[in-house]
Amino acid sequence: MRYIPNSPEERDEMLKIVGLNSADELFRSIPNDVQLNRALDVTAPLSEIEVISEMEKLAEKNMAARKTSFLGAGAYSHYSPTIVDHLIQRSEFFTSYTPYQPEVTQGTLQYIFEFQTLVCQLTGMDVANASMYDGSTAMAEAFLMAQRVTKRDKVVIAETVHPEYLAVAKTYTQHGDLKIETVHFDKESGRILSDDLDKLDAQTAALVVQSPNFFGCVEDLQILADKAHEVGALFIVVVTEAISFGLLKSPGACGADIVVAEGQSFGIPLSYGGPYVGLFACKDKYVRNMPGRLAGIAYDAKGNRGFVLTLATREQHIRREKATSNICTNQGLIALAATIYMETMGKRGLQEVAMQNAQKAAYASNRISEIEGFSLPFSAPKFNEFVVRAPKPAEEILAKLTNEKGIIGGLSLSRYYAKNPNDFLVCVTELNTKEQIDNLVEGLREISE
Amino acid sequence: MSIKKVTQHPTQNEELIFDRSQMGRVGYRLPNLDVEETNIDDILPQELRRDDDLAGVPEVSEVDVIRHFTRMSTWNFSIDLGMYPLGSCTMKYNSRLNEKVARIAGFANLHPLAPESEAQGALELIYKLQEDLAEITGLKGVSLQPAAGAHGEMTGVMLIRAFLDKRDGEKSRERRVMLIPDSAHGTNPASAHLAGFTVKTIRSTAEGLTDMEHLKTLCEEGGVAGLMLTNPNTVGIFETNIKEICDIIHEAGGLVYMDGANMNALVGVARPGDFGVDVIHLNLHKTFSTPHGGGGPGCGPCCCTAELEPFLPVPRVIKEDENYKLDFNRPESIGRVKAFFGNFGMMVRALAYIQTHGAEGLREATEAAVLNARYIGHHLVEAFDKPFKSDSMHEVIFSHKKQSRKGVHTLDIAKRLIDYGFHPMTIYFPLIVEGAMLIEPTESVGRQDLDAFIDAMKSIAQETIDDPELVIGAPHSTRIGRLDEATAARKPVLRWKPDMETLSKSA
Amino acid sequence: MANILENLRYSKDHEWVAVDGEKATIGITDYAQHSLGDVVYVELPKVGDKLAAHDAFGSVESVKAVSEIFTPISGEVLEVNESLNDAPEVVNNDSYGDAWMIKIKMDNTLEADALLSSAEYEEYLSNNE
Repeated sequence: MRYIPNSPEERDEMLKIVGLNSADELFRSIPNDVQLNRALDVTAPLSEIEVISEMEKLAEKNMAARKTSFLGAGAYSHYSPTIVDHLIQRSEFFTSYTPYQPEVTQGTLQYIFEFQTLVCQLTGMDVANASMYDGSTAMAEAFLMAQRVTKRDKVVIAETVHPEYLAVAKTYTQHGDLKIETVHFDKESGRILSDDLDKLDAQTAALVVQSPNFFGCVEDLQILADKAHEVGALFIVVVTEAISFGLLKSPGACGADIVVAEGQSFGIPLSYGGPYVGLFACKDKYVRNMPGRLAGIAYDAKGNRGFVLTLATREQHIRREKATSNICTNQGLIALAATIYMETMGKRGLQEVAMQNAQKAAYASNRISEIEGFSLPFSAPKFNEFVVRAPKPAEEILAKLTNEKGIIGGLSLSRYYAKNPNDFLVCVTELNTKEQIDNLVEGLREISE
Repeated sequence: MSIKKVTQHPTQNEELIFDRSQMGRVGYRLPNLDVEETNIDDILPQELRRDDDLAGVPEVSEVDVIRHFTRMSTWNFSIDLGMYPLGSCTMKYNSRLNEKVARIAGFANLHPLAPESEAQGALELIYKLQEDLAEITGLKGVSLQPAAGAHGEMTGVMLIRAFLDKRDGEKSRERRVMLIPDSAHGTNPASAHLAGFTVKTIRSTAEGLTDMEHLKTLCEEGGVAGLMLTNPNTVGIFETNIKEICDIIHEAGGLVYMDGANMNALVGVARPGDFGVDVIHLNLHKTFSTPHGGGGPGCGPCCCTAELEPFLPVPRVIKEDENYKLDFNRPESIGRVKAFFGNFGMMVRALAYIQTHGAEGLREATEAAVLNARYIGHHLVEAFDKPFKSDSMHEVIFSHKKQSRKGVHTLDIAKRLIDYGFHPMTIYFPLIVEGAMLIEPTESVGRQDLDAFIDAMKSIAQETIDDPELVIGAPHSTRIGRLDEATAARKPVLRWKPDMETLSKSA
Repeated sequence: MANILENLRYSKDHEWVAVDGEKATIGITDYAQHSLGDVVYVELPKVGDKLAAHDAFGSVESVKAVSEIFTPISGEVLEVNESLNDAPEVVNNDSYGDAWMIKIKMDNTLEADALLSSAEYEEYLSNNE
């Protein structure tokens, strides 16, 4: 086995040194009746050439990866500068562990500190952690944190939060005493239904709103923050499309207490759903209730500045069942990729890419709405996603579009909202050219005729 | 101008990127906008748009970014540089082949909501890995959805909860105690808490094993939902009584959860399913060598018995005829634990690892890892206190007992190891050994490096006698010395701000 | 050897109590601060909270440990030492003085009499060494 440095002969010698006659004797402490005593039924060893060939064959079957796509809904196709993937493959980053020994992990600790800062700047918050698994689990953790902070047991959540995020939150909270109530959306605007906000009351720990929401509609966060604060609840903002931070007013500026986001848009490949990176930020006063790792500045005896993991007493390895979360491993390397992305794009790049997304989506939505029989059901302002109402069931139209035109035109919403079988969600990013958008419009026109 | 070189590290003073930023620098270029432009006010009214011009976000060139991260990287120790013997963390070689295949466009560019018929390769890959992990653990039901070990633990204990709720109905209320050894990872009680369990701690014996009498007593007290056990346990010893332990828990009406953090000591040799374990999580970033990347990403598959399978997270990946499908119709499922299907990129790497090793290579890796740990144990038993006599598996534990008399503690020994070119071992864990030093060499270390490590440890033991101050003041070779963590925690500075002093105090 | 003041009462959880009529001041002992190491954070209850004897009323954190603080006697919280928020290190420097944690109005002054005297606490510590 080429990954094992010691040859079989060397291993035999070492066995003798430790007083054993065979490798089997290494496992004397495992009773024989629970030993496997046969070879595992997995493949025989493959060479590098064979592994690549096997993997290429599997990858080839993922036809969607080669097609023009307008899929979004929590995972987005964006440009990632070449240096992002180059830098994260440096041995020093990708083959190091959690920075428990600060003297030999300053590289990791400093980029975490920069990541925390950038997340604060984009979300408009005071403090951010070193990352969560993804946006969905970050939101679930925010629920639990709001319950700890307010000592209240109800969370009111907009129906237009990503349905898979809501499902995850329900899993996380099913054995606690937290109740989840959903607020419906307004059928005209696609935004949260303000009449339904009377669900907020003195037992409410948090109001949770996604913006842009699952339909791509931008919510009026400021008004919602006031509503939450009126009853003493925290206001939690969820963002699945981090590119929107470059253009939209930050949740912090609108009054958010906790912001959770999916950071995949920051240079991370789609990779069939992961690994991504959860962003988690909040106001200073809640820092001791935060989940996850935090890096902070520290000095050595000579006054040199360095960084350490700090406020660790919140975490499971110290507080065990009373910890703020059970999280240990986070998304270190993906947070690094996001940091490199944000710094490479910089202030101007983050603004320009956000603007291009909004412009291209506006162009696409205008063109699609001109097709006979197609409409845009929601009137609220949008960022880079929008819902289209087709004259026929969306499943049928999208399948035809894929099979006949080689375009994945979006996501049928019937999977999540059975009431609107003709609706589908379209996402347009800076990677979709005018030609692709025009082909989509033409395709939809032909298929619906 | 004279150049003064006074630092021992070539990139001593790489600033924060925010201090490097210069207005007007750019590190990117996008294609020109190719659609006709709409007035931005017609897309998004001004009150919904940012008005802070992204204050503080840096402006730097591509070269600035490359140098910034390359310089910072030189401050890190890494597996590729040398032995990284963090016990319980399994810092083994991260194959470049695995990195290469995870980046194949057909995987990297695949959207998780693509139609199933257009993503058959990804689903097949998930299915294959599920089958392999089922074979390796002897547990038939597998979900790859959990994102890391602790997430897999949470999933596992929730399966137990769901099973008991179904089996016992209302009476399940009376069964809410999770037994956890005093030597367990902190994630165990934290995960149990999330599933609504209260924790009772089982004592360890003087030999580092589960105290069977105490286990029986706790079971007699009643209300036992289950046991969370690491095996080999966190002191690196196989729980020889594992079958009896499982029987006791089962007789008490509970289920057995195994923390699979140390599964790399068993692959190809023994299977948790054959011990009587009901559910286990694996750490693909430990046992199956997906990179740790400075603290993640991980991937924490949950494997369970057929009895628990109906409760696994949705969607499941199943095979029907020759097609692979997502099955959402699992009414007894605990629900989703993560959006989409888990850390797929890690699954590609883990499958490549399994394929590269094959059945024989997997066993060979296990043997080599255990042998390396045994070899270290054999050579250091004189110089350091080894609290347990039993055979160590893939990791070996020592304490600072012999050195602390001279005022040298585990922390000092760990820091001094850095000066010898090694990453420290895991320290002060598990808590049952005072001044614990948990050493896990893994199979990825050759004999010369093992000998060098042994020499370094012996040398430190000698220094403790001859010149303890040298050890107490370590490390002496790094860019920074030991940091004042108390002040950092009292007045936490967790982000850069424009007006802050970020350079060294002494600079 | 840990510093023990003569005029105080002690609990086996290493809290000290200074009794003044119906009022009791509570803090942690020198032994406790020493075994914790550098204290970085102190969490205290609110004025008006009602505590029963042996309730945890807060916690003391060092860099890598958390210890709950228990009240040895029942009563209502009259005052909390807010200055520990900004200067938790005082717990290490002056555990019997400026680092007092709470003052309570005792429900039952007899509870304080049942606590250890300085001599008894000293003996308790030496037995636990």
